[in-house]
Amino acid sequence: MKLNLNTQKIHQAREYARNIALDTQNFINAHTTEAVERTVCRLLGIDGKNEIDIPMPNIVVNHIKSLGLLSDGAALLIGNAAHMLGIPPQEIAERIDAGTLDFSKISVTDVEKAKTAVQSAALSSIGKIKENRKLREGFITQYGDKESPYIYAIVATGNIYEDVVQAVAAVRQGADIIAVIRTTGQSLLDYVPYGATTEGFGGTYATQENFRIMRHALDEAGAQAGRYIRLCNYASGLCMPEISAMGALERLDVMLNDALYGILFRDINMKRTLVDQYFSRVINGFAGIIINTGEDNYLTTADAVEEAHTVLTSQFLNEQFALLAHLPPAQMGLGHAFEISPAVTNGFLYELAQAQMARDIFPDAPLKYMPPTKFMTGDIFMGTVQNALFNAVSIITNQKIHLLGMLTEAVHTPFMADRALAIENAQYVFRTMQDLGGEIEFKEDGIIQARAREVLDKACDLLVRIEKNKLFATLEQGIFAGIKRGRDAGKGLDGVVQKSDGYFNPFFEMMLS
Amino acid sequence: MNISPYGDTLNDGKVQLSFTLPVTNDDKGAEAAKLLAQKMGINAPNVAHRKTLDGGFTFYVVYGSVSHTINYDAIQVQAVEGDVMDMQGISAYIRENIRRPVVFVGASTGTDAHTVGIDAIMNMKGFAGHYGLERYEMVEAHNLGSQVPNEEFIKRARELNADVLLVSQTVTQKDIHIANLTELVELLEAEGLRERVILICGGARITHELAKELGYDAGFGVGKYSEDVASFAVQEITRRHLV
Ligand code: B12
Repeated sequence: MKLNLNTQKIHQAREYARNIALDTQNFINAHTTEAVERTVCRLLGIDGKNEIDIPMPNIVVNHIKSLGLLSDGAALLIGNAAHMLGIPPQEIAERIDAGTLDFSKISVTDVEKAKTAVQSAALSSIGKIKENRKLREGFITQYGDKESPYIYAIVATGNIYEDVVQAVAAVRQGADIIAVIRTTGQSLLDYVPYGATTEGFGGTYATQENFRIMRHALDEAGAQAGRYIRLCNYASGLCMPEISAMGALERLDVMLNDALYGILFRDINMKRTLVDQYFSRVINGFAGIIINTGEDNYLTTADAVEEAHTVLTSQFLNEQFALLAHLPPAQMGLGHAFEISPAVTNGFLYELAQAQMARDIFPDAPLKYMPPTKFMTGDIFMGTVQNALFNAVSIITNQKIHLLGMLTEAVHTPFMADRALAIENAQYVFRTMQDLGGEIEFKEDGIIQARAREVLDKACDLLVRIEKNKLFATLEQGIFAGIKRGRDAGKGLDGVVQKSDGYFNPFFEMMLS
Repeated sequence: MNISPYGDTLNDGKVQLSFTLPVTNDDKGAEAAKLLAQKMGINAPNVAHRKTLDGGFTFYVVYGSVSHTINYDAIQVQAVEGDVMDMQGISAYIRENIRRPVVFVGASTGTDAHTVGIDAIMNMKGFAGHYGLERYEMVEAHNLGSQVPNEEFIKRARELNADVLLVSQTVTQKDIHIANLTELVELLEAEGLRERVILICGGARITHELAKELGYDAGFGVGKYSEDVASFAVQEITRRHLV
């Protein structure tokens, strides 16, 4: 540990965070949501949409909800119908859509038979996901993996085919991870659109077909480049676990998946998000997908110097929630960002302190490091300097998932040339400073060590308070990012139900064992 | 006075530009970049840098002298009218001329999730040392947050008896802000509300000119704060006799 941090303090902070997560987990374990049940449908092989474009998982879950049976779990009811009628889940969905099947007319008489009836459908998805995991590992063994930070570039044209053109160009230029940014508004849709899409704003719809199209393109471009190119999307919003399931089925490698982001930045109800994030992380953990957490976003609404400890606090919480979902540290892309105002004297030192601190405290996590965004202006020349300094911190402190800074950040979503210039900038800095981190020791009790200590102390104090108040009340008080949310306010609350005693979801057992 | 860009000699017309062409990086591509610059009115363009982005795409940096000039004296800009007062001045103005608190209702509307802009104008804390409307004595400020659909926005505005509507738009890709801002005007007109409120929009890519064109009373972009908006709004209320 380079910052000489108090290990006792770190240990304490983890304990508090663990207690907070465990307490919240009690709530999570007792509840399910529409999104969780739609995810179960997808993992049982239910796919497609009806004539008026409603996705089949929604049709099934809406039906179950209208009968007030969501608390039993979709798998139980689908299993029962499969057992009674001898038809597969997809056909069950189609019959519900046609109005020829009504779950209330076939009550569950033999629970064991109902459970057995979905076993093979469930195992088929599980098999597919395992196979994807093997494929990924195979590619990585074949091509080798990178020591220095992964260069992460976004595409956001709104049109998946145009995204492919941009992504392939970025791969040729040196990108290691391609993230397809989602369109505005998708996080508030209570369904996942179906098929390939060409119309999005500030991003492209996350659909299973879009995932497939990009996966295919990146496999091809990767084969040419002799590198495995990781694909990233966003498991967030009202369909968080569904998107994780789709990602697992289509071999995505990285997923944005924060426990609190939706609550704070999209006003999604906290109960809904917390229950959803759990299943989502169970899936990501099982699929070998690296999750990226969203702490960087706090600093877009709160001050990066004053609120640095909320980032660390949230990293501790995200770590514990991830562990509860059996997601190992090697898949925890805990987030933070280079967002201190260029006007701050010694701001670079504070950035170094924060980044090194995250590295010291979470040694096995592939940390996700976000570039300057808030203080990027239309001055692209100055922006290039800001990005170069960010690149320097990343290589010096050995960050892993390096989100490229764009010189046009304040103007538009990236053009092809913006991305190329950003990659060139990062590659230059990474090359010229490759081993600088190993040469540096921080002055005992100097500015950098003192800053890290202060942030850790404050995070510890905050965690004590949260432990006392519990997480829900903390969010109500507006402690993160200065944003207050009521526990019964926000979107998606009516999709949360308490599980019945007979609740059944085969995937928890299959994925957690 | 006719002007053109300044490099190191008055009216030398020096400009720099960069762009990407969908062609391979070779002499023909560079020639295309040069011809394009000439068509833009740039004399003696110099392709100072070219770089392959991908097999079929090349990036160019071009320098040259622009041949056009602008008659500076003939330029007219549409600016927001009225004086800009400070927080105290605005409250005094309201007390004297409107004689009741003025209700501002604001939101980041449509699918836009950016709140920092509208918060900068409305929240107590304000932005860059300028307090927001919540701190104004004679102002009743309601910030509805982000991703507020236009219908919902209008409904709340009605309930709150809004005098001034503040709309923030940050995402502009594929002109989504134009569609959304236009829809709001149409809905307000359909409900007979348009004439009864002061309608203002803002955001990093919003100009006053654009706002006027879309049927708004004013538009505010980067570097504008609560006092700019409130000064305009209260004077407009008296001008239009909406007291
Ligand atoms: C912070 C930020 C975010 C935060 C927002 C947090 C929050 N709660 O607001 C987060 C991380 C959540 C975010 C998300 C996204 N963002 Co964003 N974001 C930014 C960023 C970095 C800064 C914006 C900001 O806060 N500026 C500071 C404020 C104070 O400035 P301002 O809004 O211009 O406001 C001033 C004036 O314009 C004016 N004003 C503003 N509104 C109003 C209203 C009225 C009535 C008045 C009078 C005045 C006024 O007053 C303010 C003070 O002077 C910019 C990049 C940049 N550096 O500009 C990108 C940026 C705006 N984001 C962008 C995009 C695309 C997105 C996403 C759509 C990405 C995605 N696909 O997920 C999502 C949003 C999803 C959605 N549904 O909208 C793009 C927009 C591109 C475009 N032109 O269309 C930008 C430019 C980045 C980029 N280059 O891609 N973002």
